[in-house]
Amino acid sequence: MQRFINDPNLVVEDTVKGFVKAHSDIVRLAENPRVIVAKDAPFAGKVGVVTGGGSGHEPAFIGYTGKNMLDAVAVGELFSSPTAKSFYDAIREANGGKGVVVLYGNYAGDNMNVKMAMKLAAKEGIEVVTVVANDDVCSAPPEEREKRRGVAGEIFMWKMGGAKAATGASLEEVRATAQKAIDNCRSIGVGLGPCTLPAVGHPNFQIEPGTMEVGIGHHGEPGVRVEKLKTADEVAKDMVKIVLDDHNLPEGAEVAVLVSGLGATPLNELYILNDTIESEISARGLKIVKTWIGNYFTSLEMVGATLTVMALDEDLKPLLDVETRCTIIL
Amino acid sequence: MSENAAQALARMFERMSQVIETEKDRLSELDGAIGDGDHGITMSIGFKAVNAALAKLDLDTATLSEVMSTAAAGFLDAVGASTGPLYSTGFRRAAQALATRSELDLAANRDMLVAISEGIRDRGKAQRGDKTMLDVWLPAAEAATTAVAEGRSKQEFWSAVTAAADNGAAATATMVAAKGRAARLRERSLGHLDPGAVSATALVRAMAETM
Repeated sequence: MQRFINDPNLVVEDTVKGFVKAHSDIVRLAENPRVIVAKDAPFAGKVGVVTGGGSGHEPAFIGYTGKNMLDAVAVGELFSSPTAKSFYDAIREANGGKGVVVLYGNYAGDNMNVKMAMKLAAKEGIEVVTVVANDDVCSAPPEEREKRRGVAGEIFMWKMGGAKAATGASLEEVRATAQKAIDNCRSIGVGLGPCTLPAVGHPNFQIEPGTMEVGIGHHGEPGVRVEKLKTADEVAKDMVKIVLDDHNLPEGAEVAVLVSGLGATPLNELYILNDTIESEISARGLKIVKTWIGNYFTSLEMVGATLTVMALDEDLKPLLDVETRCTIIL
Repeated sequence: MSENAAQALARMFERMSQVIETEKDRLSELDGAIGDGDHGITMSIGFKAVNAALAKLDLDTATLSEVMSTAAAGFLDAVGASTGPLYSTGFRRAAQALATRSELDLAANRDMLVAISEGIRDRGKAQRGDKTMLDVWLPAAEAATTAVAEGRSKQEFWSAVTAAADNGAAATATMVAAKGRAARLRERSLGHLDPGAVSATALVRAMAETM
């Protein structure tokens, strides 16, 4: 394992330190060193928008802190939920007096810690509501959507929620928009190679050379099938089919598309995938309004890619154009 | 001066921290097989935080319930993941169970074990057989309940409780994880001991040694 690290146990601490130094024009560190805050937050009279999650997914989650996006982000250990205290401190940092919405992914630890943080916030008189992302199509069948995990669709949820909050909307309006955004998202991941947590030193799942795992999760969760590695065209067709078969959108529907690398896949391969992704989506009679492509939500050095498709409507579409100022171009 | 009940309970947490330190590397190794390899470190951080919080408490005047709720808060502020909320809720529930007790007799120990296991179960919504720490805490609590009902001696009580805990942990190797991080691996988790169950037996052993 060749890595730029100092001490496997200080990976998160060192990441946060470097991040804050690089982006001091956009973010600041809270008193709690596991909370990143948008530079001028909280904003009086604006609904606070918060997320949090395990580290190792950079630029998620911290990279989306900033103006018209996330006001505060709780930082967990690698692939591990932040503490309830960190979620609570993030809520407090984001609170501008109009309530706070916590937009996070559907994982056992995050669910418990957010719930406990909400109780602490309620004691302080801060009104908190949540939206739980569950866009990963292969993690549970459609009739059990509430069991699905949250993956790259979270970025659309943050973008829509953050933009809605920037318009001066109420807590309930922001919550409803973020909920609609994630309801309108479907994602799939395809893994070509595993990732290794530095403290472990070896991957805790394997993807045999010459094979790929279709439907893999953001931490190596098993997908729906392991099969022989196919061409980019065939993989892209498969990804679009799995996402859109679950989505069931009417012809003519407008969508936003996010193609993200999982950490160790070069950007040019994402463009190769997108060539077919774009034509497959268009062939189904859907109109792509905007495509984001890059390393938006990674899993350490996993090899692979995810595709997320969000259906747009008259509420969501204009929010795509609300200018954001975070470390990532959105 | 003889040790009061609050001091004895604080000493139990000290011992828990010691056994976790001893088991730390093994726990992380077990976790490396089916989790993220940090369980030993996480538990170590959590119990060090518990003892740091208890060090600030005046044990001459503190109640058993206060010791427990201080431990719960200390653990929660230091540990995220699932372990933080689970043990914190277990300890908080134990604080409620000990509210009317001033002595750490077998009935109090039973209440403590039952409260911890119920708190963990309610917070995590797991069941027995899901390959989690509950596969240790639930049988340990049941063994304690039976031992008190049957009027067993202190020695018999703790030997029944630790045996139930050890058997529970060993059985996790035959289970497919249904909750927690290892659940992501489903059948890939088979054949491995659950690290959370193994650390739970260490905690039960620490209780047996100090109570």
